[in-house]
Amino acid sequence: MENIQSIDGMELIYKKPSTLTDTVFHYCPGCGHSVVHRVLMEVVEELGIQDKTIGVAPVGCSVFAYHYMDIDMQEAAHGRASAVATGIKRMLPDKYVFSYQGDGDLAAIGTAETIHTINRGENLLIVFINNAIYGMTGGQMAPTSLLGMVTSTSPYGRDKNLIGYPLRITELVANLPGAYYVTRQAVYTPNAVRKLKKAITKAFQYQDLKKGTSFIEVVSNCPSGWKMTPVEAIGFLENDMFPQYPLGDIKVPQDKPETGPEGKNN
Amino acid sequence: MNNTENSTNDDVRLMKGNEALAEAAIRAGMDGYFGYPITPQSEVLEYFANECPKRGGVVLQAESELAAINMIYGAAGTGARVMTSSSSPGISLMQEGLSYITSAQLPCLVVNVVRGGPGLGTIQPSQGDYFQATKGGGHGDYHLIVLAPASVQEMADFVFEGFRLAEKYRNPSMILADGALGQMMEKVVLPPAGSLAKRKYDWTTVGKPATRERNIITSLFIQPEKMEQINLNLQAKYEEMKKEVKFEEINTKDADIILVAFGLSARICQKSVDLAREKGIRLGLLRPITLYPYPYDRLRELAAQVEFFLVVEMNAGQMVEDVRLAVEGRKPVYFKGRMGGMIPSPEDIFGEVEAIIEKQSISQD
Repeated sequence: MENIQSIDGMELIYKKPSTLTDTVFHYCPGCGHSVVHRVLMEVVEELGIQDKTIGVAPVGCSVFAYHYMDIDMQEAAHGRASAVATGIKRMLPDKYVFSYQGDGDLAAIGTAETIHTINRGENLLIVFINNAIYGMTGGQMAPTSLLGMVTSTSPYGRDKNLIGYPLRITELVANLPGAYYVTRQAVYTPNAVRKLKKAITKAFQYQDLKKGTSFIEVVSNCPSGWKMTPVEAIGFLENDMFPQYPLGDIKVPQDKPETGPEGKNN
Repeated sequence: MNNTENSTNDDVRLMKGNEALAEAAIRAGMDGYFGYPITPQSEVLEYFANECPKRGGVVLQAESELAAINMIYGAAGTGARVMTSSSSPGISLMQEGLSYITSAQLPCLVVNVVRGGPGLGTIQPSQGDYFQATKGGGHGDYHLIVLAPASVQEMADFVFEGFRLAEKYRNPSMILADGALGQMMEKVVLPPAGSLAKRKYDWTTVGKPATRERNIITSLFIQPEKMEQINLNLQAKYEEMKKEVKFEEINTKDADIILVAFGLSARICQKSVDLAREKGIRLGLLRPITLYPYPYDRLRELAAQVEFFLVVEMNAGQMVEDVRLAVEGRKPVYFKGRMGGMIPSPEDIFGEVEAIIEKQSISQD
């Protein structure tokens, strides 16, 4: 498959990155996970760092991320992915390390690990998939669920008086001096996917600088958990999710290094 | 376990157990330590914080024991020789991680300088974590390799043995000490640096070269057939580990009565044996050094010879259950314990032996 350069004289302009396995994604139709997986692995392929990259999978829908990503990976306990990533990076400071975590994993059970990993300025990338729901366990309320949102554990809608507010953890961690690059992206349009890819590319390159943690939130969707068609889910993203979780850079590097993605070669 | 050969004067020191343990770890080629302060073992982290920047090795104060054990998971997955240490409440927090580490078959060393519990308990020494250490501790069917030192010398020596066994079996090892062993100072002959060879692994996550398949470290095996096979593999490993069983016997050859005790309790029982022998009572001591695997076979053999066993522990009676499992009702197994940070005296223990003899002779009359 990888060796096919042309079919019937046609030029090959798009193919599965070599860093993705042939395993068929188990994700539901319309889910953002497979797109983010693919973009991550495209970047690993394009930067030529497959042999230097170690990923950490979370507990949640992406628990089997290592079935798809053709790189060395560790599967962490629920919420502990950034601690596991810290352990890897501290032993292998010149390798590229990322954790891939959902909202329950990163912003509920793993909040302490998230904050302290970033506060230490660990030179790694945290990819945070926020779809405002616990997908794998069947659609329970997440720390990022919107007010009024109906889930299986908030059947009358999320009530701020009972359970508080949607947690904007990305804004929270952007305040930490250890955070080097913090951005919120999405994968609901081709343009959004391109922007995410740029952000992920920068985040990997920043690891060379050893200046702190890169944190990329992807505001994603969960058609199954939201009880919507994929098209309706895009509408919910635009009308409900983005007002609470606005897209764009939240913290960009203040220094302008000679080399790296901010340098003149980019 | 004897590292006194080839030692220089520099290697003989007067040290606290916690410090001897930390110094031994550096000499054992420890690559990384992740831990969180808790009495009575904070000297371990402090020692590394002082020494590692000068002598190499990663040291990191984690935000919790939960984070520390998961850092260990990540670091061990790179093939590094890593350890953590804590005391009882902190070790409880690490149980989730230890279950994952054991399932993922990662080698590491965990030190529990036990304090009295349950709950926040006391900072005084205890052996109340025997069940937790030897029976698994976290969820699922697994065991740690458990070593029980009884001196500052063994606090140092067992670091080497703990790493060696962990790496041989790809299973976490635990040194089960107590607050007294951690805090007391004794002469120690430090093991020579560089004497513990590093293994080459093919399962580590260090970045996948084109020449091999990707390596995955996981404890998730969602198909029951696969999960059962993983369990069978673990059980086969534990069966294989039985040959690593270690124990020490003092005056057991002619003994009519045998004390069974580990760690600090065994140290105290040595004196009780002397007190008994002075009075012509043939008392002996069996000290399990590995608490997992456990010396069931030797205890069963000794059951043929003795009148009774007296198990001495600084808890409400935990290892006594393993002695009873070994003896299988052939002979009476009695228990003497102190709890909550209290330590039995040699006289207490000998007094108990005398009281049991008295009671037995009355019932025989």
